[in-house]
Amino acid sequence: MAEVQGRIHSIETFGSVDGPGIRFVIFVQGCAMRCRFCHNADTWDCGAGTLRTPENLIAQAKRYRPYWGGGGGITVSGGEPLLQIDFLLALFKLAKAEGIHTAIDTAGQPFTDHGPWYDKFVALMGLTDLVIADIKTMDPDHHKWLTGVPNANIHQMLRTVSDMGVPLWIRQVLVPGITDDPEGLKAERAFIDSLKTVEKVEVLPYHTMGAYKWEALGLTYPLDGIDPPTPEQVQAAEAILVPGKAQA
Amino acid sequence: MANAWRNFNGDLWKEDIDVRDFIQKNYTPYDGDESFLEGPTDATTELWNQVQALQKEERAKGGVLDCETEVVSGLTAYGPGYIGKDTKDLEKIVGLQTDKPLKRAFMPYGGYKMAKEAAETYGYQINPKYDQIFNEYHKTHNQAVFDAYTPEMRRARHAHIVTGLPDTYGRGRIVGDYRRVALYGVDYLIEKKEADKLNCGDGTMTDDVVRLREEITDQINALKGLKAMAQIYGYDISKPAVNAHEAVQWLYFGYLGAIKTQNGAAMSVGRISTFLDIYIDRDLKEGTLTEKEAQELIDHLVMKFRMVKFARIPSYNELFSGDPVWATLEMAGTGLDGRSMVTKNDFRFLHTLENMGPAPEPNLTVLYSPRLPEAFKHYASKISIKTSAIQYENDDVMKPFWGDDYSICCCVSATQTGKEMQFFGARANLAKALLYAINGGKDEKFKNKDGSPMQVGPEYAPITSDVLDYDEVAHKYDQMLDWLAGLYVNILNLIQYMHDKYYYEAEEMALIDTDVRRTFATGIAGFSHVVDSLSAIKYAKVTAIRDDYGVTTDFKIEGDFPRYGNDDPKADDIAVKLLHAFLDKIKKHHTYRNSEPTTSILTITSNVVYGKATGALPDGRPAFTPFAPGANPAYGAEENGLLASLNSVAKVPYKYALDGISNTQTIHPDALGHDDAERKGKLVNVLDGYFSQGAHHLNVNVFGVDKLKDAMAHPEKPEYANFTIRVSGYAVKFIDLTREQQLDVIARNAHQVL
Repeated sequence: MAEVQGRIHSIETFGSVDGPGIRFVIFVQGCAMRCRFCHNADTWDCGAGTLRTPENLIAQAKRYRPYWGGGGGITVSGGEPLLQIDFLLALFKLAKAEGIHTAIDTAGQPFTDHGPWYDKFVALMGLTDLVIADIKTMDPDHHKWLTGVPNANIHQMLRTVSDMGVPLWIRQVLVPGITDDPEGLKAERAFIDSLKTVEKVEVLPYHTMGAYKWEALGLTYPLDGIDPPTPEQVQAAEAILVPGKAQA
Repeated sequence: MANAWRNFNGDLWKEDIDVRDFIQKNYTPYDGDESFLEGPTDATTELWNQVQALQKEERAKGGVLDCETEVVSGLTAYGPGYIGKDTKDLEKIVGLQTDKPLKRAFMPYGGYKMAKEAAETYGYQINPKYDQIFNEYHKTHNQAVFDAYTPEMRRARHAHIVTGLPDTYGRGRIVGDYRRVALYGVDYLIEKKEADKLNCGDGTMTDDVVRLREEITDQINALKGLKAMAQIYGYDISKPAVNAHEAVQWLYFGYLGAIKTQNGAAMSVGRISTFLDIYIDRDLKEGTLTEKEAQELIDHLVMKFRMVKFARIPSYNELFSGDPVWATLEMAGTGLDGRSMVTKNDFRFLHTLENMGPAPEPNLTVLYSPRLPEAFKHYASKISIKTSAIQYENDDVMKPFWGDDYSICCCVSATQTGKEMQFFGARANLAKALLYAINGGKDEKFKNKDGSPMQVGPEYAPITSDVLDYDEVAHKYDQMLDWLAGLYVNILNLIQYMHDKYYYEAEEMALIDTDVRRTFATGIAGFSHVVDSLSAIKYAKVTAIRDDYGVTTDFKIEGDFPRYGNDDPKADDIAVKLLHAFLDKIKKHHTYRNSEPTTSILTITSNVVYGKATGALPDGRPAFTPFAPGANPAYGAEENGLLASLNSVAKVPYKYALDGISNTQTIHPDALGHDDAERKGKLVNVLDGYFSQGAHHLNVNVFGVDKLKDAMAHPEKPEYANFTIRVSGYAVKFIDLTREQQLDVIARNAHQVL
């Protein structure tokens, strides 16, 4: 019996845009990045949240199987799931025993390519059907400014996932004036082309529904005054990142 | 008869009135998709444009275009009326309630005072001669009810512990089997009623026999009046319809007769889709009708349903806002033999929302089963996403109780078409009853002249401790519900007696079997708040804050507690037990005319009125704010997303609430997916998952940005009660925000996207 528990922020039972099909989304608590456009600032604090066991979560997830049709499954998002890799392993072991499709929505920051953590990561990939990854931005200095952390190990993670044959969905949050630079997006597309298992690339328009969370935490929202992208701006980004996508 | 019934199969329905048998023996199931559908004809577009212009004019005039002041409404009160004087010939289906489109009839029999007030509110003066006629010469239903009410009943109404009662408006909820007019013609129906009268009683004049003999005569006269009404429009409906056009017209005349003679809150149309497809299919095969013409018939029929109006007083409009008529009309369902009852006509009815744009009436209802043909499910889903104008009910859960030929007789309640009638009973305020239990029957809002709280409930011992103890509350609540159930049922007995006496629905009952089954439909308001309040008292610490009279004004809640709407058995079990207990209490009492008591959890827009009259509750709901509608979880209770909420509601057993369990959910289209195909498929998944767990009903609103402005202006509207918005990776934890704040957050973003 697994004794490890997960530190959980919240549950979304109708995860319709967090992987294929309708999904049970577990938002974990705790993240070491400090992205300026974060819409889940209330998930940063590694000490907050509620402790829950993998068994309890799987039992709850199974209650939504009638809605999954032939697809659906569980997505672990957050926060940063990879910060709780022991919990993830226990959770996905149980999920696979039930034949449930597993996905991780990660930014890759905790990744390291050696040692016990890496061994766990390999084991985890054996239990993972899909990795959804945010690239944030390609340039290392810009990445440090935008997220607070470097991105070399994040790219390493993506290459590792690809080499291991695990399907990837790549996401790019489009913030006008910050992550929409065409050269940066072209570099990103080139990087994506170097990966072998990318099934989908999505441009996620920046939105402001996370701003109130910063205010509630007593933080100044760094992107105050920046509007979500226009449909044209989204299309321009998609033209680079998702070539072949039908334009409306 | 022979020609009208050419090529129709079956024998039973030819020997006696049996529309269900006719349908089962003759309909053509359709498994395909919507590609056969045709757009509107020029006539449809022209007429609908005219109607829309009139609706716009109506809105500009403050909500009423025109009101009758001289003529008492009746089957033959008016000459023929058309949408436009010069476009009569364009109308394939004819018949207006009055002589002018959107003009509201003068219908005094439900209550003369109300009929007069309804007109005066909009600047119309009823001819004063009617004052003497309906005050001195002839009593109306409303007067009769108040003549008989006890002081306790009057106090209960005043305090809104029971409210929305049909004592100032027609009780509605009766669906005449309008299909019979088409299938048999009126002469045959008269013949059958004459035979019923001959067989009514053995000569001994008991009260029941006397009453029934009079009622049958009234019915026969109504049928004769129906023929005369059709004759005014140039139609002879004494014989059965011979083709699709006549079938639709005859059926509509049946319904028109009902809305000329009754102003019930719910004047539903019934299960007409599969029935009409049989006639259309025959014409298509005979080559006398094209698909475009078939769609035109349905478009014109639906256009007429969209024009139904009733004169209402302001307090009625507060209770049932938006001018609803509940011209409910069903599609799909499955037969007792397991076959799908989806025909091409079920697609045609949904298609009217595309040919003429969305409209709340007729109240299109899909009788859903996960086993319906996939193409139909996906088309319905597509229409939901496009228009938010249809609702879904669980045929798998309803069929064991009602068979395969039931109609929906208002917003969600079922009735066996042509075999059953309902005594509509609005709802009892179970949330206020909880406060009465805590406050010893003293009302928390309504005061005596000296400022002391009004004693509305029985003077039981109140709870005096500061911290509420669950066992004590549960016990006292049980006693208070016993009192409430008894009072409520008896108020309804009184109302139904008087309605039969002074405002009998002769035309509708003429189209229902004389040997009729009667149900007594009660209801619950404030359901989710009671569940959460009991949960709070049980699992958290609730302290009562009282005024100088010892009546609670607010509650302090410390600690967390499980809420209904999160798929948590701790809360959901309370919900199931509450419903079961209340139904048992209702059932203990005598009900008028041996009717079978049922209950429901639905409130429509009356959740606002009940909430206004009810003080703060132990679940944290502030005083005098709207209740969550129907069986919806309380606002702010849902912490785990849409499906957890649906799972909670699905646990409420339909067998204990046969009059219906109403659930309204609003979803942002992006929450369903990023493109149309994805959204359609996911909505079907949601419906399949929800109904496969035994849930009864779902009103699906898929609202985008444009509706958010309305939502912010009217957050209390039931359609905004539970609003799901999803963005990839976004963890929604809105529980700390007020409804207004949540909508504001969403809308701010939405406005920027515009």
